[in-house]
Amino acid sequence: MKQNLYNYILGIADNSLILGQRMGALTGHGPSLETDIACTNISLDLFGQVRSYYQYAAKVAGDKRTEDDIAMLRHEREYLNVLLVEQPDTDFAYTMGRQFLFDVYHFLFLTELQKSKDLTLSAIATKSLKEVSYHQRFSTDWIKRLGDGTEESNKRMQTAIDDLWTYTDELFHQTDADKEMVAEGIGVDVTTLKEAYYQKVADVLQESTLTIPESKYFQKGGKQGIHTEHMGYLLAELQYMQRAYPNMEW
Amino acid sequence: MSEEQIKYLEKQFEERIARDEKIEPKDWMPEKYRKTHIRQISQHAHSEVVGMLPEGNWITRAPSLRRKVALLAKVQDEAGHGLYLYSACETLGISRDELYEQLHSGKAKYSSIFNYPTITWADMGAIGWLVDGAAIINQVPLCNTSFGPYARAMVRVCKEESFHQRQGYEIMLKLSNGTPEQKDMAQDALNRWWWPSLMMLGPTDAESVHTEQSMKWKLKRKSNDDLRQQFIDQTVPQADILGLSIPDPDLKWNEEKGSYDFGEIDWDEFWQVVKGHGPMNKERMKARVGAWERGEWVRDAAMAYAEKQQERKEKQVV
Repeated sequence: MKQNLYNYILGIADNSLILGQRMGALTGHGPSLETDIACTNISLDLFGQVRSYYQYAAKVAGDKRTEDDIAMLRHEREYLNVLLVEQPDTDFAYTMGRQFLFDVYHFLFLTELQKSKDLTLSAIATKSLKEVSYHQRFSTDWIKRLGDGTEESNKRMQTAIDDLWTYTDELFHQTDADKEMVAEGIGVDVTTLKEAYYQKVADVLQESTLTIPESKYFQKGGKQGIHTEHMGYLLAELQYMQRAYPNMEW
Repeated sequence: MSEEQIKYLEKQFEERIARDEKIEPKDWMPEKYRKTHIRQISQHAHSEVVGMLPEGNWITRAPSLRRKVALLAKVQDEAGHGLYLYSACETLGISRDELYEQLHSGKAKYSSIFNYPTITWADMGAIGWLVDGAAIINQVPLCNTSFGPYARAMVRVCKEESFHQRQGYEIMLKLSNGTPEQKDMAQDALNRWWWPSLMMLGPTDAESVHTEQSMKWKLKRKSNDDLRQQFIDQTVPQADILGLSIPDPDLKWNEEKGSYDFGEIDWDEFWQVVKGHGPMNKERMKARVGAWERGEWVRDAAMAYAEKQQERKEKQVV
C-alpha cells in the first residue's frame, strides 16, 4: 500500500469528518430555521467530501476496509485532523469562528489541490471547491454580522476568535506524508498558503470591527494524532454503533 | 358590513370551495376559516420543527456515513417543510415570531408522536416507516385542500415524505435481514412505535371536535377512523414482508369487511401526552425554547448589522 498517499488522504478527509460531525450535531438547535438549514447543509457537504476521500483511501489501502471502517474504527491517536475543527460549539460565535477560520484555509487548499497530479484528488478538489466557496461566504457574512452587530455580539465574536486563534498556525504545518506528496506533485505545500490566509482573515476581521489577535503562542498536535480532550467524546458518539455492534451492516 | 352582506359573501365563498376553486391569501374569507387555517397550518409547521429533535438525536451516532448523510438530509427536509408552512401561515396575517411564541408558551400544539424518545437506531427506521407513513395518509388529501398556499406547500411536502418513508422502511428491511440482535432491535422499535402511530391519526370520530367543518373546507377528506383503518391495512402486509409482528393480539383480517380488525387503543395515554405529560414533552419544549433563547443575541446582531448596512447605503446615495 502507498502509505504516504493513504495518510495524506486521511489528513485532508479527517478535517471534513470532524467538522461535519460538529456541524451536524447542531441540526435542530440553530438560532433560526434558516441558519439551521444552512449549517446542516455545510455538514452534508463535508460528509459528501469525506465519503469521496475515504472511498479513495480504501482503494489505496487495497484490503477489505471500507469507508465506514476508516471513519469509525480508528483509535483517537490515528485521526489526523487539525485541532481547530474539533473545538466545541461554546456558542454560535465559536461555531462561526471555527467555520470561518477553517473555510478560508480550506478554500485556499482546495484551489491548489485541483492542480494535483493525482486525478482522483484533483477531481474531488474541484467538486468540493464549489461547496466550500459557499461555506466561506456564509461564515464570512456571519463574522461580519456578529462582529459589527451589537455590543454583545461583538464581544462574543472577539472572544471566540481570540480563543480559536491558537489553533490556526497548525493548518500550515507539514507532516512527513505531506512533504513526500508535495515532492511527488500530488500534495499541496501548505506553508505557501499561510500569507494569503492571514491576509484574508485580517481583512475580514478588520471589516467586522474585530481586533486581530496578537498572540504568538500556538497549539499543535492534531496532525500527529495528539488531540484536545474534546476529541474522545466526539469519537464516542461517532463510533458508538460500530463499536457496540461490530461487524454488522446497516 | 351588514350581516346580510357577510352572509352573501359566505355563501359565495362556500360555493367557490364546492367548485374546487382555490382560496388565495388576498381573497375575502370568513374569520373562522382564517383562524382554523392558522391553527392547522401552524400546528403542522410546529410538528415539522419539533419533529427534527427525535431524529436529530441520532445524527452524531448514525451507524454508517451513508446513513448519516441520509438522516441529515431528512432532518433538513423537515426544517424546510417548517419553513414553507410558516410562510404559508404568514400569508394569513400572523408573524413567525407570534407563531413561535404560541409554540413556546404551550398554547399551540404539535404532533404528539414527537413526545416519545428515540432510544435505538431502529427508531430511525420505525419513524420513517410508521410515523411518516401515517403522516402521508393524513397529508396526501391536503394537496387538494381549499387554501392555495397550504395545498401547494403540501404537494412538495408529500413528495419528500414519501421518499422519507421508503428510506425508513429500507432501514427496517436491512435490520430485519441482519443479525438476530438487529432483528430484535427492529421488533422492539415496532413494538414501541406502533400504538403511538395509530394515535397520530387523531381521536376517534366520536371525539373529534373539528371534523365536520374541516370536511367542508377540504382540510379533511376522510374521518380519523377511516384514515386509521387505511394506515393499518396498508402497514400490516409491510410488517409481514419484514418478518416482524405487529404488537396487537387482536389484529385479525376480516374477510367480510375486507380490512383488519384491531385492538383497543389506549386513549388515556393519548390524552396524557396531548396534555403535555408524555415521556418527552418537557424535554422537547426545553430544546426548542433553549435554541430560541440562545439564538436571541444572534438574531439581534443580524438585525443591527442589516440596519447599519442600510444606513451606510443611504449615506452613500446622499
